[in-house]
Amino acid sequence: MSDNLLKVRDLKIGATVYPPGEKPHDIEIVHGVSFDLERGKVLGLIGESGAGKSTIGLASMAYGRGGVKITGGEVWVNGREILKTSLKDIRNLRGGEVTYVSQSAAASFNPAKKIMDQVVEAAVEQKKFSRKEAEARARELFAKLGLPDPDNIGERYPHQVSGGQLQRCMTALALCPEPDLVVFDEPTTALDVTTQIDVLMAIKEAIRDTGVAALYITHDLAVVAQVSDDIMVLKMGNTVEYGTTDQIINNPQEEYTRALVSVRSIEHEEKKPTPEPVLSVEGITARYKGLNFDVLHNVNVDLHPGQTLAVVGESGSGKSTLARVITGLLPPRDGEITFAGRKLSRDLAGRSREDLRELQMIYQMADVAMNPRQTVGTIIGRPLEFYFNMRGAEKRKRIIELLDEIELGEKFMDRYPAELSGGQKQRVCIARSLAAKPKMIICDEVTSALDPLVADGILKLLLDLQKIEDVAYLFITHDLATVRAISDSIAVMYQGRVVRYGPKSQVLSPPFDDYTDLLLSSVPEMHLGWLEEVVAHRKMESAGN
Amino acid sequence: MKLVVQRIALGLLLLLAVSVLIFAGTIILPGDVAQSILGQSATPEALANLREELGLNEPAITRYFDWLFAALQGDLGVALTNGRDIAESIGQRMSNTLFLAFWAALISVPLAILLGLIAVRYKDRWPDKAISAITLASISIPEFLIGYLLMYFIAVKLGWFPSVAMIGDHMNLLQKLQAIALPVMVLTLVVLAHMMRMTRAAILNVMQSAYIETAELKGLTGFQVIARHAFPNAIAPIVNVVMLNLAYLVVGVVVIEVVFVYPGMGQYLVDHVSKRDVPVVQACGLIFAAVYIGLNMIADIVSILANPRLRHPK
Amino acid sequence: MKNIPISAMIGLFFTALYFLMAIFAPLLAPYGMAEVVGGVWEPSSSKHLLGTDNIGRDLLSRMIYGGRTTIFIATAATILSFVTGSVLGFFAAVMGGWVDQVLSRFVDLIMSIPTLIFALVVLSVMPVTLPVLILVMGLLDSTRVYRLARAVAVDITVMDYVEAARLRGEKIAWIIFREILPNALSPLVAEMGLRFIFAVLFVSTLSFLGLGVQPPEADWGGIVKENKEGIVYGISAALLPAVAIATLAISVNLVADWVLNRTTSLKGGRG
Repeated sequence: MSDNLLKVRDLKIGATVYPPGEKPHDIEIVHGVSFDLERGKVLGLIGESGAGKSTIGLASMAYGRGGVKITGGEVWVNGREILKTSLKDIRNLRGGEVTYVSQSAAASFNPAKKIMDQVVEAAVEQKKFSRKEAEARARELFAKLGLPDPDNIGERYPHQVSGGQLQRCMTALALCPEPDLVVFDEPTTALDVTTQIDVLMAIKEAIRDTGVAALYITHDLAVVAQVSDDIMVLKMGNTVEYGTTDQIINNPQEEYTRALVSVRSIEHEEKKPTPEPVLSVEGITARYKGLNFDVLHNVNVDLHPGQTLAVVGESGSGKSTLARVITGLLPPRDGEITFAGRKLSRDLAGRSREDLRELQMIYQMADVAMNPRQTVGTIIGRPLEFYFNMRGAEKRKRIIELLDEIELGEKFMDRYPAELSGGQKQRVCIARSLAAKPKMIICDEVTSALDPLVADGILKLLLDLQKIEDVAYLFITHDLATVRAISDSIAVMYQGRVVRYGPKSQVLSPPFDDYTDLLLSSVPEMHLGWLEEVVAHRKMESAGN
Repeated sequence: MKLVVQRIALGLLLLLAVSVLIFAGTIILPGDVAQSILGQSATPEALANLREELGLNEPAITRYFDWLFAALQGDLGVALTNGRDIAESIGQRMSNTLFLAFWAALISVPLAILLGLIAVRYKDRWPDKAISAITLASISIPEFLIGYLLMYFIAVKLGWFPSVAMIGDHMNLLQKLQAIALPVMVLTLVVLAHMMRMTRAAILNVMQSAYIETAELKGLTGFQVIARHAFPNAIAPIVNVVMLNLAYLVVGVVVIEVVFVYPGMGQYLVDHVSKRDVPVVQACGLIFAAVYIGLNMIADIVSILANPRLRHPK
Repeated sequence: MKNIPISAMIGLFFTALYFLMAIFAPLLAPYGMAEVVGGVWEPSSSKHLLGTDNIGRDLLSRMIYGGRTTIFIATAATILSFVTGSVLGFFAAVMGGWVDQVLSRFVDLIMSIPTLIFALVVLSVMPVTLPVLILVMGLLDSTRVYRLARAVAVDITVMDYVEAARLRGEKIAWIIFREILPNALSPLVAEMGLRFIFAVLFVSTLSFLGLGVQPPEADWGGIVKENKEGIVYGISAALLPAVAIATLAISVNLVADWVLNRTTSLKGGRG
């Protein structure tokens, strides 16, 4: 008898969709997926959004989210076909044999109940442990997962602990009933990189120590490579490739897998600083209305014509605030901004039309950066009209030129934003800013809402356009891989200050300051054993001190 | 705690502002009280005398403060039309109105919550659809017409209940209840639709939270999920819904009392509006507004108290 | 016109029917509005399709003229409340700061008094004439339109595309009319339907209480008041307006629902 804990055969999943203006109808979103998972092993499910990975994960608990229904195939858990079993059996399975860790622990904990009550609930309900035993086990797990004050943290309410801590509490919740299988659904995606590494290590050790099997769902191949034994690559509800982690990472067979592995392989030669920067930020200090502390402290950076300055930092580092100050949306308390040799007014109202034209901005969420009631042609055409007074055929010709530059073409002219994919929307936003013929564009997390391959396409496009149009980018991001790929110089921000600043080669080479070191070493790398290396390295360092 | 005190202070401030508004509304607007009372044919002397008697020659601010301080001490003045003490007249009528509103609330609140739960349980199936169809119909007919529809079919055609709701001190509770059966039914229908719809929305909102999914994935039964995880979070929105609808009930009472000739505050107010008896209208308006503001304030305070973020600060 | 759902078709048909009836009332009504043409509460006959009322006037004619008055007052009050409410709402949202504070707090104050009670207080000192009725109803109701318009506009002004327009250097007029208005239109139009229904119910209620349209003018609420004594004798004349008001309200509701759905599912979506 095979020792397979989880056996999935030809799994088909359907969903009801409600397209606007049409009748609701059913579509298939997973088209016959099969895999096996042995006791104590970890299978990584990887794919971009819409690949069906979360849906498959929940199917192993016989659960369909919203209008999702399992329409065909078999799911065996512990030798039992759970799609054909009674509701009572399914309830015993959920929370007992199979448990779930979601992406957003903050939303998955009931705000009205103490953490401990929620962590032990399933174990007690499934009669695995008495309440007292379950609480003891929970405290043990809290300690194992590296939570502070493990004996008392359970008495707190969810909003009283941080996001990273809550994600670990969620893992404790899943492990408390001693399940055979845990489904991890993007458990670290919502966390900052420096927090992610701790949670990732905690999860990995907990899996190892408890001998539980796991389905690990993520869009980040480098992350899944650290924790899983096998990997299944999914695309649009189909299996693309299924093999051992070593094979998928080091010897991918399929084109799509190769693309995922080699993502961010963009090479970009660093350019030398010029004598005359296009933008010079000097001694900027700023705070928001109503706050009594500064969110930016004495920030000094330069951006050179036709080059890219990456401003990198985690959430709350002040990087987006810097963008607001430069655009004039948030007048600084102190400091000066020089742009194209002119001193810029502190606030928007005091800037000339020329200032506004030459300094453009692209946003993170392309769908809210475009008026949903305007066509692509209107959106791109407006700056032409506004800044250059172009009309009629001349304007149309230029719009088509711009559409060609962003690789979309004339046929997109009369479409509305809602008809475009995420990547296409971002391209239109790029065209709109290029239409103004700017000297500089602020790119605020422009790729972080996109799937990796799409994001890659956008970055390549931005680099190509930089060569053609000779435009400078101030590139705001939390993603160091993006920084490596496109920047000429880098400013690392932490708690409102620039902690490290210089040409890319210099910023990314040792000796590092503590924060940059932590940040750089936290970015998952696409090779096996990276997680252990980093953790061992950190332990050695702290032992050395 | 600080927030609750703030909310109560805001409620009192609002009440004060409303008293100014009601007072101002009856004097600043064009139209002269004395003229309206005596009619177009009044002699100038009679008008002057009445103005003097009503104190209309004093400055408005003085009159406002006199009125406010008297009202705070329970003295609402005397009615222009019959010279009776307003506070006395209101006393008995108020208890009648509260009696009616109490029974309507007692029936409609549990019924609405129950039906709201049924609508959620059978979402998008026939019970839900039937409930939303009835809701649409009942918000499309004014209260007084629902009153007459019921009166016509239940009281006149079937003869189950009396068509007018006269109550007096000589009646025992059962007799009184029989007398008010129809108006209670109408009021229940009127607020039921809104309350049901809002309860449904409030519970659905909670049921869509990620923590409900977490609870389901713990293998809890449907009942356990609702009782342990949905209910504690749904209390505040539901209490809110109930309070808003009780406030709505207070207004509905005015019209329904007229329909069923019920001796309550609403009929008293309407009567004296037609007679242009300003002191009575001011007093009744202020009382209705106070009840309305009070109920809205309770709703807000419950929300504040039920919020775990405010109850257990970091 | 090809994708109109059946429910919206019915709604549109009846709404149009009522409005046409209101406009062409003198041509359609078989008798004069205040003309006594028969006995008291005659049952329906070929001469009087709906019978006669409490003093022997033709009920059908009174219903048609009554509908005209009711619909006219409701329409005028809705337009007034809409223009006042949405202009002030947009203004508050775009200006922000103290303008917004003053306007919003004042509206809070008005809304803390039940509309009917407020109207009764005001009508106790004002002469009850058509312009006064329309003014009181329209202005009281504009507080609700104000809240909606302001909320919708505030939601839109924080969108990145409005920020992008500001960064481009666009004037306030462009931002209001080209960026905000097209996106605010559908919830506002749907709300207009609901406000109209509310106005119909409200004017009927006031007339029923004797504080709205004054006799011998007819309106639906007044017809109930005139004929309510008949109910006790099993005469259903007073219930006719219920049918009229309910069908009009439901029809307008169906149209409003459709407008909201249609505009949200436009190619552009609602953002």
